[in-house]
Amino acid sequence: MSTAHAIERVKVEVPVHEYKLDNGLKVLVKQDKRAPIAVVQLWYKVGSSYEPNGSTGVSHVLEHMMFKGTEKYPTGEFNRIIAENGAEDNAFTGQDYTAYYQVIAADRLEVAFDLESDRVRNLTLPPAEFKKELEVVKEERRWRTDDKPTSLTREQFEGVAFLNSPYKNPVIGWMADLDAMQVEDLRAWYERWYAPNNATLVVVGDVEPEKVLELAKKYYGPLKPTENIPPPKPQTEVEQKGLRTIKVKAPAELPYILMGYKVPAMVNAKEKWEPYALEMLASILDGGNSSRLSKELIRGKEIASSASAWYSGFGRLPDLFSLSGMPTKGEKLETVKAALLEQVEKLRNEPVTAEELSRVKAQVIASEIYERDSQQNQANVLGSLETVGLGYKLADEYVDNILAITPEQIQAVAKKYLIEDSLTIAELDPQPIDPNKPKNAPRFER
Amino acid sequence: MLKTIIVAPLVLLFALFTAQVAAAPKIEHWTTANGLRVYYVPAPELPMLDMRLIFAAGSARDGDKPGLAMLTNSMLDKGAAGLSEDQLAEQFEAIGAVFSSSTSSDMGWAGLRTITLEKEQQAALDLWLKVVSKPDFPQKDFERVQKLTLVGLQAEKQDPASLGSKAFYQALYGDHPYGQPENGTEDSVQALKVENLKAFYQQHYVAKNGLLAIVGAVDRAQAEALAEKVSGALPEGEAAAALPEVKPLTEAKTVKIPYPSAQAHILVGQIGNKRGDEDFFTLYMGNQVLGGSGFTSRLMKEIRNDRGLSYSVYSYFAPLAQLGVFQIGLQTKLEQTDEAVKVVGDVLGKFQQEGPTAEELEASKKDVSGGFPLRTANNSQIVEYIGMIGFYQLPLDYLDTFTTKVNALTREQITEAFTRRIQPDKMVTVIVGGDEK
Repeated sequence: MSTAHAIERVKVEVPVHEYKLDNGLKVLVKQDKRAPIAVVQLWYKVGSSYEPNGSTGVSHVLEHMMFKGTEKYPTGEFNRIIAENGAEDNAFTGQDYTAYYQVIAADRLEVAFDLESDRVRNLTLPPAEFKKELEVVKEERRWRTDDKPTSLTREQFEGVAFLNSPYKNPVIGWMADLDAMQVEDLRAWYERWYAPNNATLVVVGDVEPEKVLELAKKYYGPLKPTENIPPPKPQTEVEQKGLRTIKVKAPAELPYILMGYKVPAMVNAKEKWEPYALEMLASILDGGNSSRLSKELIRGKEIASSASAWYSGFGRLPDLFSLSGMPTKGEKLETVKAALLEQVEKLRNEPVTAEELSRVKAQVIASEIYERDSQQNQANVLGSLETVGLGYKLADEYVDNILAITPEQIQAVAKKYLIEDSLTIAELDPQPIDPNKPKNAPRFER
Repeated sequence: MLKTIIVAPLVLLFALFTAQVAAAPKIEHWTTANGLRVYYVPAPELPMLDMRLIFAAGSARDGDKPGLAMLTNSMLDKGAAGLSEDQLAEQFEAIGAVFSSSTSSDMGWAGLRTITLEKEQQAALDLWLKVVSKPDFPQKDFERVQKLTLVGLQAEKQDPASLGSKAFYQALYGDHPYGQPENGTEDSVQALKVENLKAFYQQHYVAKNGLLAIVGAVDRAQAEALAEKVSGALPEGEAAAALPEVKPLTEAKTVKIPYPSAQAHILVGQIGNKRGDEDFFTLYMGNQVLGGSGFTSRLMKEIRNDRGLSYSVYSYFAPLAQLGVFQIGLQTKLEQTDEAVKVVGDVLGKFQQEGPTAEELEASKKDVSGGFPLRTANNSQIVEYIGMIGFYQLPLDYLDTFTTKVNALTREQITEAFTRRIQPDKMVTVIVGGDEK
């Protein structure tokens, strides 16, 4: 095995300035002077995996309500002021975090700090606004999941793959839970998790770190910490005892298969290299047009119109190594399934070649530079690593750790984790979209 | 690296290449010996280079073969200069280079992203030149791409948004080339032959019909050398003829497509404007207030904030070489369809007659001018912009003067332009979802 990489690594290291306010708020600042803008993000350590049954979706609904006003800036003001300053502004909820961000001209940083710090503690949650916004979230659910056969399949797949891990629940929540949600649920969630000592502020852009710290002290400094924030219950997934399979019937044109193996995450991996080996494994299968799934299933045998492999070790809890595929015209789902399993088998039986590994590593090296083109990406990496408990410093070690992976290690994780007893398979079984009008011919009306 | 992220309070980001900056990147422009226009912005901070070669080779050039432009473009990296797709992919990826390509109704383009270490950059460029100037169009790969396109067409039938969009363009443009689906129809794609693609490529992928956008850690002399190599690999050829003009609608049309979905997908609109259109700025700023500015727009306020009818509601003008679309879109649960359509009509009607209020216009001006630096903050955005500016031959100071032009607008000018350009009694309305009644 050769340790030489296909391409030379160009290190562009930019230090991250780290601070902690007296109230526990972490502040991470990274300079990027390529444009006179700054990305400002506030990450809370709470997401859908913190939610108990019956309250799924509460993190995300609360996120929507964070735009509905405080005493100082009532409903509508937040968005108005952001627009007045030409900033972009939004938020996202994941399994392990809820984050708010602004992208703003660097000289208007203070506006973002003023608005964001105010809503850490002072949200008013007006019931009338909640009532309307909950309907918006239900529309969002219909749009994202209910009307999309592949999303619907993924949701059911995750629900079956996990028995008691909270990763079984959708981030957006089950419709029944949304129907039953009350504004009091949001208030309790807000009071429990939204505190400076449960958050990380990330700023990337054309800024001076000391100046950012000053602003953080001015706006976030006065916020009171919450004394005791009990961590969520472990809800450690019970060991899987054999293959799980489901069929999902939904109106659709094309069948689809989704498979997932239980694998460790970086946070809990006993062998620190294993998650990196799993990432490499995913790239060998699906890291560009020269990877195995493209080369052998989409080209080669020409049985799949799409095929993918996915793993991320960056969750707070162990997750899945997943594979998916859609047959091409005239091919059966069964054929695609067999081919995906055959790919897994091959990885278990033979080490990957030096050329394949070197190609994947070249892409990792180049991506290290390409990723710096986006300030938002840089901020996302820092914020998410810090929030799931891995620490932002991992970003610096990541590439080294990935580049150190050997073919033997990739084969070892394939043998250890990609086994049938920890596998879940979901198949989308397409139902006629409209039996009376199968062709969906448009009807014109005046 | 990040897991499932739900971006909550909406905002669909449309790449409309519109709003602008205070210190816009300075675009340098020249034309190579055989007629390829070059647009260049130095970006020395990161050791990377983006290039995009754009041709007037979009789906509007399909003629009686819908899907032709798209399939031609997607065949570029399926075999070139005797190398197979496997070999091309392996060689690009072995040096961390990224090949990309796509078509729209006006354009067909091919892009390259590479690190700028000498050896890698040289190898990436050589390989990319093979792909853009010596594609082989292998028969076997063509058949596969054809099959994949057919699967794509089938997939659209399970997606109410795609069904709606196709019906909208068809109703709006009728026989005009902009009305034909970019990815063709089952019949037209099945009828395509490799010879058609080769002919299309030979006619359209030529120096005089295209431009090269360069952004990255290369100086002017290096950029010139790059441009010479690229243009040297292309035949001179001819620029494509202008597309036919678009005729405005003469009457209102409603299209209903039954679909077993939980939501109705609603599109309302009309013919919009062109790139370089004299009403561009008035329509752009008017639309910012109406439905183009995300959370603070009137449509968002009425549909989402006040009534909770939809997660997403937007409006936009999508200017093209000829008249593009003006479109309003939203999704709502089936039972609320009529209510949502009515609110859209009311909001549009009121806006069309009264225009923005003084406060709204002032707020929009602040939004657009304050947000100027955000639009060109990274190389990906810059290459996209200069490609657009070059393709439509907009003034090189387009980015610099945008804010000034926007700030000079009055309410009266905007209202006048909307009154002249939008006819509320001749809108196309497409509704996908629900049973046939």
